[in-house]
Amino acid sequence: MSEITMIEAIRQAMTQEMERDSRVLILGEDVGRNGGVFRATDGLIDQFGEERVMDTPLAESAIIGTAVGMSLNGLRPIAEIQFLGFIYEAMDQVANQAARVRFRSTGRYHVPMVIRSPYGGGVRTPELHSDSLEALFSHTPGLKVVMPSNPYDAKGLLIAAIRDEDPVLFFEPMKLYRSTKQEVPDQLYEIPIGKAKVVREGNQATIVSWGPCVPMLEKLVDQYKKEGAHLELIDLRTVAPIDAETILESVEKTERLMIVHEAVKTNGIGAEVAALVSEKGVFSLSAPILRITGFDTPYPVGTIEDDWLPNEKRIKDAIQQLLSY
Amino acid sequence: MFREEDLTFERVERLNEDGVLLHDKKVVSDEQVLEMYQWMLKARLLDEKLLRMQRQGRIGTYAPYSGQEAAQIGSVFALEKSDWICPSYREHAGNMVHGMPLEQIILYAKGHLHGGRVPEDVNILPVQIIIAAQTLHAVGTAYAQKYRGEKHVSVSYFGDGATSQGDFHEALNFASVYQVPAIFFCQNNQYAISVPVEKQMASKSIAQKAVAYGMPGVQVDGNDVLAVYEVMKEAVERARNGEGPTLIEAVTYRLGPHTTSDDPTKYRSKENVEPWREVKDPLRRVRLYLENSNLWDVEKEKAFVQTFQDELDHMIDEIESKEKEFPKVEEAFEYVYQEKNAQLEEQQAEARRIREEGDWHE
Ligand SMILES: Cc1ncc(C[n+]2csc(CCOP(=O)(O)OP(=O)(O)O)c2C)c(N)n1
Repeated sequence: MSEITMIEAIRQAMTQEMERDSRVLILGEDVGRNGGVFRATDGLIDQFGEERVMDTPLAESAIIGTAVGMSLNGLRPIAEIQFLGFIYEAMDQVANQAARVRFRSTGRYHVPMVIRSPYGGGVRTPELHSDSLEALFSHTPGLKVVMPSNPYDAKGLLIAAIRDEDPVLFFEPMKLYRSTKQEVPDQLYEIPIGKAKVVREGNQATIVSWGPCVPMLEKLVDQYKKEGAHLELIDLRTVAPIDAETILESVEKTERLMIVHEAVKTNGIGAEVAALVSEKGVFSLSAPILRITGFDTPYPVGTIEDDWLPNEKRIKDAIQQLLSY
Repeated sequence: MFREEDLTFERVERLNEDGVLLHDKKVVSDEQVLEMYQWMLKARLLDEKLLRMQRQGRIGTYAPYSGQEAAQIGSVFALEKSDWICPSYREHAGNMVHGMPLEQIILYAKGHLHGGRVPEDVNILPVQIIIAAQTLHAVGTAYAQKYRGEKHVSVSYFGDGATSQGDFHEALNFASVYQVPAIFFCQNNQYAISVPVEKQMASKSIAQKAVAYGMPGVQVDGNDVLAVYEVMKEAVERARNGEGPTLIEAVTYRLGPHTTSDDPTKYRSKENVEPWREVKDPLRRVRLYLENSNLWDVEKEKAFVQTFQDELDHMIDEIESKEKEFPKVEEAFEYVYQEKNAQLEEQQAEARRIREEGDWHE
């Protein structure tokens, strides 16, 4: 065990998987000599060489398309998209190509690749660097979407993603890269993709979230507990597929549900979670389902982003509302 | 067979590193050279100021352009006010000359909601973050000009890294298929963040890529403001006369970090940077030329710097004194569509309420 940050956990997962399996390699912009703009791949070029840690020309569609080809022919690439907002450049290769190979070839081919990318707000980035785009990909059959919220999960989930036989999008909340340290096992371990985690137990209301909002919600839930309100907090960890069972079990107990995410509201993952509960758990509910999310505008400039993101005030107001039923 | 070896390579140069003209043929007057130099000096001072302000936490992430002033300013000098510029994020020097107000540049750097709002009478598109996307916008704005029979041209500015993107190649192809009045102006500053141009491409130049698209390609010393002006002037004239697009590669160097989040010591040595900071600096050779022509001296420089810095400081003070009045979150909802839909109306009211009631971020 050692106390490490999320960025270190991610680097450790890649390093150890590359040591274990010579088919694993990394490609992306500035991942080699520079070690990635967030240093996720720092030092890897020295350990594994340029053939396995590839500083690519600046072209996202080429990065993903090449990774698709590599995985069609026996390699297990980890492609980095420098910021998630830039993945639009590669949308065809992700959504039409990587996602559909298994289906189109009825299983003759498949693409065991990972696409890593930082995302999320609160760090005053320039335009187009903070968008949360998970819903786009969860709306694309054939893709898995993993979104860790802490170092321990990040390592175990990334290892599982690298070993997965299907394309996995692995989105990393950049706000949490270095915000905290956590005890993480030194050896390799997997956390199953598609399993949520109940991070705080309670019986009065359920809050479902993932990625960058989780640490803030943990603090809030602890605060409420001191004041005598017991909230259950579920970290989805994977947004495609969604762990419906864990959510439904919780809602059966608490009868109240709120979903918190940074992505814009309309047609977000929150809507999918609400629909699942409406279909399969509506008779457990004693209050309307609430969503606290980014607003339906493009991600805004730094001077107003704190008022745009789901913030404490909005979440507390919503909890008050839920508990009033 | 076509071979790279068969291409001839020439880099256009007019003013050498000692400030000596290499040709008798002078296409600009000394007054224009002086004016170019003064803009370059202003641009350098602005860049240094913004870099300092970022270090003090007064602006957000910033992409400095120091070292690229000749490429930007020399080329913009060849444009008319009505011509279009489709810039990247490292283009304040050229934009300034084309009419972008300094205030606007500072608001953008401060993350002000109106930072991307270009004045009505200035034909510059908002700062482009997505690498190479603006190359296609230059094709489209140029097509519109041609369609209406106007004589304006469109220039897209981008870096060496951008030439790897599909958009760049598609833009060149479209521009030459439709013979639009577009100019593709690449500032080859040698690096795309950490990736040196030799790793970005296996071809010997960027200019030669024009050949594949059936248009003229020119390589120019991008730190030589007179050479840049001259090649740009020719390209602009061709475009205005209906003779189609041109690709220009201005070979220059980014003196600073990629952005304020970047640590260039990870990928390039001090020895690599030093000559560019000294003898190859784009301001130095123009200053030498002007001094030798008795148009400029240390005193003039001192006074000019003082005046501009005072003007800049005053403007920044003004802006910073009004930071509390910067637009609030609810205004953002006004710019999503021509008319707000029902959801946006509701969310706007919610955003305003939360902000007004909340003191959570004070
Ligand atoms: C589509 C896209 N991919 C990646 C990035 C991240 N990024 C910003 S600048 C940059 C390098 C650009 O290099 P170049 O085109 O040479 O221009 P320069 O920054 O040197 O002016 C990269 C990779 C981006 N902004 N957009």
